[in-house]
Amino acid sequence: MDFNDTDQEAEFRREVRDWIARNAPTELWETLNSFSFGQAKMDSDALMRHSKAWQRKKHVGGWACLNWPKAYGGRGATPIERVIWQQEEGVYAMLSAVFTLGIGMCGPTLLENASEAQCRRHLPKIASGEEVWCQLFSEPSGGSDLAGLRTSAKREGDEWVVDGQKIWTTGAHYSDYGLLLARTDFTVPKHRGLTMFYVDMKTPGIEVRPIKQLNGQSEFNEVYFTGARIPDAQRIGDVGAGWHISLTTLMNERLAVGGVMPTGFPEMLAFCEALQTDAGPAIEDPDICAHLAGWAIRHLGLKHTSNRTLSALSNGKLPGPENSIAKLVISQTLQEIAHYAMSLQGDWGILVDEADAVDEGRFQAYLLRSPGMRIEGGTDEILRNIIGERVLGLPADIRVDKTMPFNQIPVSGTAPSHPAAARSDVVDNRAV
Amino acid sequence: MDFDFSDEQHELRHQVRKLLARWCPASAPREILEGTESYDRNLWRAVAEMGLTAIAIPENYGGLGLAGLELCVVAEELGRALAPIPFSSSVYLATEFLLAAGSPEQKKGLLPRLASGEAIGCLALSERSGVRRPAEQVTAKVSKGRLSGVKTPVADGDVATFAVVAARTDSDDAPGLFLVDLSDPGVQRETVRTIDPTRSHARITFRDARAEPMAPPGPASGIIDAVRDRASILIAFEQLGGAERALEMARDYALERIAFGRQIGSFQSIKHMLANMYVATTLARSNCYFGAWALSSAAAELPQAAAAAHLSATEAFQLCSKNSIQIHGGAGFTWKSDCGLFYRRANLLALSLGGPRHWQRRLVDSLRSAAA
Ligand SMILES: Cc1cc2nc3c(=O)[nH]c(=O)nc-3n(C[C@H](O)[C@H](O)[C@H](O)COP(=O)(O)OP(=O)(O)OC[C@H]3O[C@@H](n4cnc5c(N)ncnc54)[C@H](O)[C@@H]3O)c2cc1C
Repeated sequence: MDFNDTDQEAEFRREVRDWIARNAPTELWETLNSFSFGQAKMDSDALMRHSKAWQRKKHVGGWACLNWPKAYGGRGATPIERVIWQQEEGVYAMLSAVFTLGIGMCGPTLLENASEAQCRRHLPKIASGEEVWCQLFSEPSGGSDLAGLRTSAKREGDEWVVDGQKIWTTGAHYSDYGLLLARTDFTVPKHRGLTMFYVDMKTPGIEVRPIKQLNGQSEFNEVYFTGARIPDAQRIGDVGAGWHISLTTLMNERLAVGGVMPTGFPEMLAFCEALQTDAGPAIEDPDICAHLAGWAIRHLGLKHTSNRTLSALSNGKLPGPENSIAKLVISQTLQEIAHYAMSLQGDWGILVDEADAVDEGRFQAYLLRSPGMRIEGGTDEILRNIIGERVLGLPADIRVDKTMPFNQIPVSGTAPSHPAAARSDVVDNRAV
Repeated sequence: MDFDFSDEQHELRHQVRKLLARWCPASAPREILEGTESYDRNLWRAVAEMGLTAIAIPENYGGLGLAGLELCVVAEELGRALAPIPFSSSVYLATEFLLAAGSPEQKKGLLPRLASGEAIGCLALSERSGVRRPAEQVTAKVSKGRLSGVKTPVADGDVATFAVVAARTDSDDAPGLFLVDLSDPGVQRETVRTIDPTRSHARITFRDARAEPMAPPGPASGIIDAVRDRASILIAFEQLGGAERALEMARDYALERIAFGRQIGSFQSIKHMLANMYVATTLARSNCYFGAWALSSAAAELPQAAAAAHLSATEAFQLCSKNSIQIHGGAGFTWKSDCGLFYRRANLLALSLGGPRHWQRRLVDSLRSAAA
């Protein structure tokens, strides 16, 4: 066990540090450093411009997508080197948020499942930030139950004609391409009728409509497909293999998303350090101290857990379902911290404007963003199911639709109820 | 960087687990719980013969001269097995105090006997209830080489051969450390009842008992804090082992028990409880590993790592042991069920070495100074 750099790692770190010192947009440091989750202090065009510029620079310098093969725009770096990069990139990593889906999820899905030609065509452009990608999976009828999606793709010669609706698609409004999961067979059980494609978001028949979310921002969209035509060359993997391929996306999603989300703990510690209460400095208050310690062990525990995952990766193991932990813990921690920080602000806790609110409204922004965190990329409930079933080996949830042909599965609003059966069950048991 | 134990350390774990399977089956802690003995003598002998009591003692004192990492591995296994022996008192505390503050004669006299398991040491610190800094608790007094005062509860105080005692002197304001042979006629001790009799505790009354000062003379709070930091990482590994075993038992039961025609593990409320236990245990393991590294490399982060490991392992063990009972239903609440043994141990260890409030403060203070 050694939490220190080896000589080689220290050398790599020096090289990274050096390059960042010479190339990072240091004029943005201040703005980036006061960013809080869901509250960018830069208009979206400027943010996109700066993000693309930083990504391009990294790519040219050989620091983009470190773990990808060199042939596809990466560096072929080790997992540890990747972490050293992340540690050193620090606050500038905020400029990579728009690429999270492309680099963190769509890219790895292509790497594992796409043809050589598809990889050569797109991966370098994803790595350089030239192409921004989004993930067209969720639908009104299928979020948690992703395999319940209804968007159809019908083959016509060398093309597929797509009809249906996607929803909650993050970044669709500024994306160049999207990874699309669609149903190509309605007569087989739901997991077997899905196929994976990627689409040019400017294809005629695709319409993107932003959704205003709880916190007033618009990160995600509805995406409508009406007779949109996709060349068969943009199919990834076999017809009917979409479910299996989507699992690699979701697995990477848990890794990618967990890695970039803030727990809010360092900000909370700094806040309590500065705060005065009637009884003196907040940080001396035993109750506040107990709360801080509770979040600290989660914050530190997650950091060391990701280090342990890293050791496993370095030893050739694959990222497993246990990575569901990060997002599950982070989103709850952020929400709790937001609640508590605001409670310490008294009446002022309700203010949100940067100019009025305590700490420029950072915790208020957390409060209004964290509910979404507990849903996106798998709800808390689904993540616990994954841990229970795939890590602890518990029996799968009862799934009444698993073997039914898709076109016979009941849909929301029309599901049959069984009041009689349910009632007698309860009564019987009370009687015993 | 390498965030895992080495192959040799994994092999040690395997060997210790084998030894414990033979000498410490589930009936071992139960016999202590229900019987009149304070610890399992056969198990203690087996553990000492394997050299586990000698791990951290330098070779010139009859030890194996290994680093803290090996001890962490052993601690986790002892925790899994709920080993009813005075290992933590003797090895994590008394031995460490001697190494940190013993005079050459004291070391020469006691370390070889500690290494062989022939001597058992304990730490007599606590005097009063409530949350106080360790030094502030102390009213016991040494005057002209004679100690008077009452210490309670003292882990393993009823079976130990000697105690490391914190006491004040006429000359110093702050308490110092003294070595007391517990067979001294001025020492009276009785076993006190606790929530977990499988780890015995005593009240020790000193009346003009002979007390030798440990070196260096003078205020000992720095040494107490340092030794307690190190010990808390080892205790955290015991907690981790216990948490993981409680989780495994609950998981196995959830697979085996049928209700409403289904395995209860297929009910989401049970599944999610188990998932939460797994999450807490994983975070604790990660914090413990960081602690293990800090312990073995004497890193500057030691206080922070110690507090985080201990708090995180406390949370995991308490959660796993209480939910394990819940998942076992009525069966878990019977005297016969092992669930109760884990529940008792979890809540005992949570309050060892000062309790959560002490460690919360220590964690936050060390994070503050790291951030500053
Ligand atoms: C901020 C944000 C960004 C997103 N970005 C994207 C994106 O870029 N691309 C994309 O494709 N999707 C995206 N999503 C969609 C997201 O993946 C889904 O919202 C999510 O999977 C939940 O699905 P749902 O909204 O249909 O809720 P539902 O599945 O209808 O869930 C409703 C409730 O039922 C519970 N539930 C459902 N099934 C079970 C079960 N088996 N056991 C227990 N409880 C269950 C859920 O936990 C939840 O509490 C995003 C969502 C958000 C909030």
